Amino acid sequence: MAVYKTNEFRKGLKVQIDGDPYLMIEMNFVKPGKGNAFYKCKLRNLVRGTVLDRTYKGGDSLEAADVEEVGVQYLYRQGDTFVFMENKTYEQYELSSEQVDDNWKYLKDGTTCSMVLYNGNPITLTPPNHVELLVEYCEPGAKGDTATNVTKPVKVETGAEFICPAFIEMGNVIRIDTRSGDYIERVSVK
Amino acid sequence: MSFRPTASVKNLELRSKKLAQLRSHFAEAGFVEVETPLLSHDTVVDRHLHPVLVSIDGEDLWLQTSPEFAMKRLIASGMDAIYQITRAVRSGENGKLHNTEFTILEWYKVGQSYEAAREFLSSLAEAILGISPPEQVTYQDLFKQSIDLDPINDSESLFTRRASELGLHVPDAWETLDRDSKLDFLLADAIQPQQQSRAMVVYDYPASQAALAASNGETAERFELFINGLELANGYHELLDAQELRDRNRDTNKQRLADGNDRLPEESRLLDAMDSGLPDCSGVALGIDRLMMIAAGTESIHDVIAFPVDRA
Repeated sequence: MAVYKTNEFRKGLKVQIDGDPYLMIEMNFVKPGKGNAFYKCKLRNLVRGTVLDRTYKGGDSLEAADVEEVGVQYLYRQGDTFVFMENKTYEQYELSSEQVDDNWKYLKDGTTCSMVLYNGNPITLTPPNHVELLVEYCEPGAKGDTATNVTKPVKVETGAEFICPAFIEMGNVIRIDTRSGDYIERVSVK
Repeated sequence: MSFRPTASVKNLELRSKKLAQLRSHFAEAGFVEVETPLLSHDTVVDRHLHPVLVSIDGEDLWLQTSPEFAMKRLIASGMDAIYQITRAVRSGENGKLHNTEFTILEWYKVGQSYEAAREFLSSLAEAILGISPPEQVTYQDLFKQSIDLDPINDSESLFTRRASELGLHVPDAWETLDRDSKLDFLLADAIQPQQQSRAMVVYDYPASQAALAASNGETAERFELFINGLELANGYHELLDAQELRDRNRDTNKQRLADGNDRLPEESRLLDAMDSGLPDCSGVALGIDRLMMIAAGTESIHDVIAFPVDRA
């Protein structure tokens, strides 16, 4: 496994600490002119998202993490397992519902996501910032009510519910921001 | 890739103006400007400096980490007040406050006492930066005042306790660091950041950090200039005893090997000069780029260097 020495430390480096992959998000080099060099690092855990403050002294080293980001397509769900296919190699990857977390709400057949692989295994999934989803069920809205401040829950093709303006009807396609889960706009009316 | 400088034209013009001011300051004080080689057969043996060896025409030569050796050879050869503004290269030093290649101002004066040398450095900072006279504070008092710790007499376990009380993120290898490295960390991480809007000359470093300064066994006649927590200059009432330097070189190489670094050549033409007799003198090295950072009121060395190493 490749090793990074302190003089190679820089923002953006992917390293391994206690078996977990980390991204170096900040690196400050401090050194008294005649003294020891210190490297003050902020590192983000690529699995859990937690941030770690660590200081290293000149001559220390960290193992490189075998981390790579790939584009994948969502294929299908089987019980607690979500199956994806890498766009370039057609390699299939499985993620548990725990790893997919709330992102299942945005996954329909063919949705293109970005996946982080660590030692060849998938660890995180990021859906596109915006997805378009078909409304499968909702209560009818009052006729002519186009105000956006009156809202109601609607159920979409993935089985998830989103809060939308009251004028949304079954058969509409809506656009959702996956980072917040917020409704953005109506894309089409059937 | 951008071809443009990282420093603004305004800062580059300020640089030029400050360099001219420095040269006239030294001329008025009776110093002669000298030039010595960037490439040398010798190098400073320092535990934490990593010189670069280059191969030219079949010969291995060091890029200087400072012009100290060559300038002391001139002093030993009869010159008595000299300065130069040149480049130095140190491997592994790159960041917001460091550039691998940097501009160094260094001066030596024969017969200048330890006190007079600190005084001269203070007055230089006043004249060039237009600040009030830097405070004179001992290394020991600085630690006591800033973090309530005695760097000379307190135990290392007390250092550890203070570091944790101060909420510092100490290096993983803290317990394996020696006393001086722990002090280096406390100075850089806890003390320097507290010194905003303060100019000071810190003096009487622990004897174990004497480098090339004269020492009485407990403290060394070594001093540094800090402005707003930024380390600007390092000076010595110079060590004259060649045998003492040979001993220090040998000890330093032992530490370098233990740290996993290369051994550096212990004999040098500086030692030849000291054997023949180096007169009593003081000397100071000052980082020009950092001086420009203070003059320009900026936080990054990239704002005052046209082309830092990433863009060189």
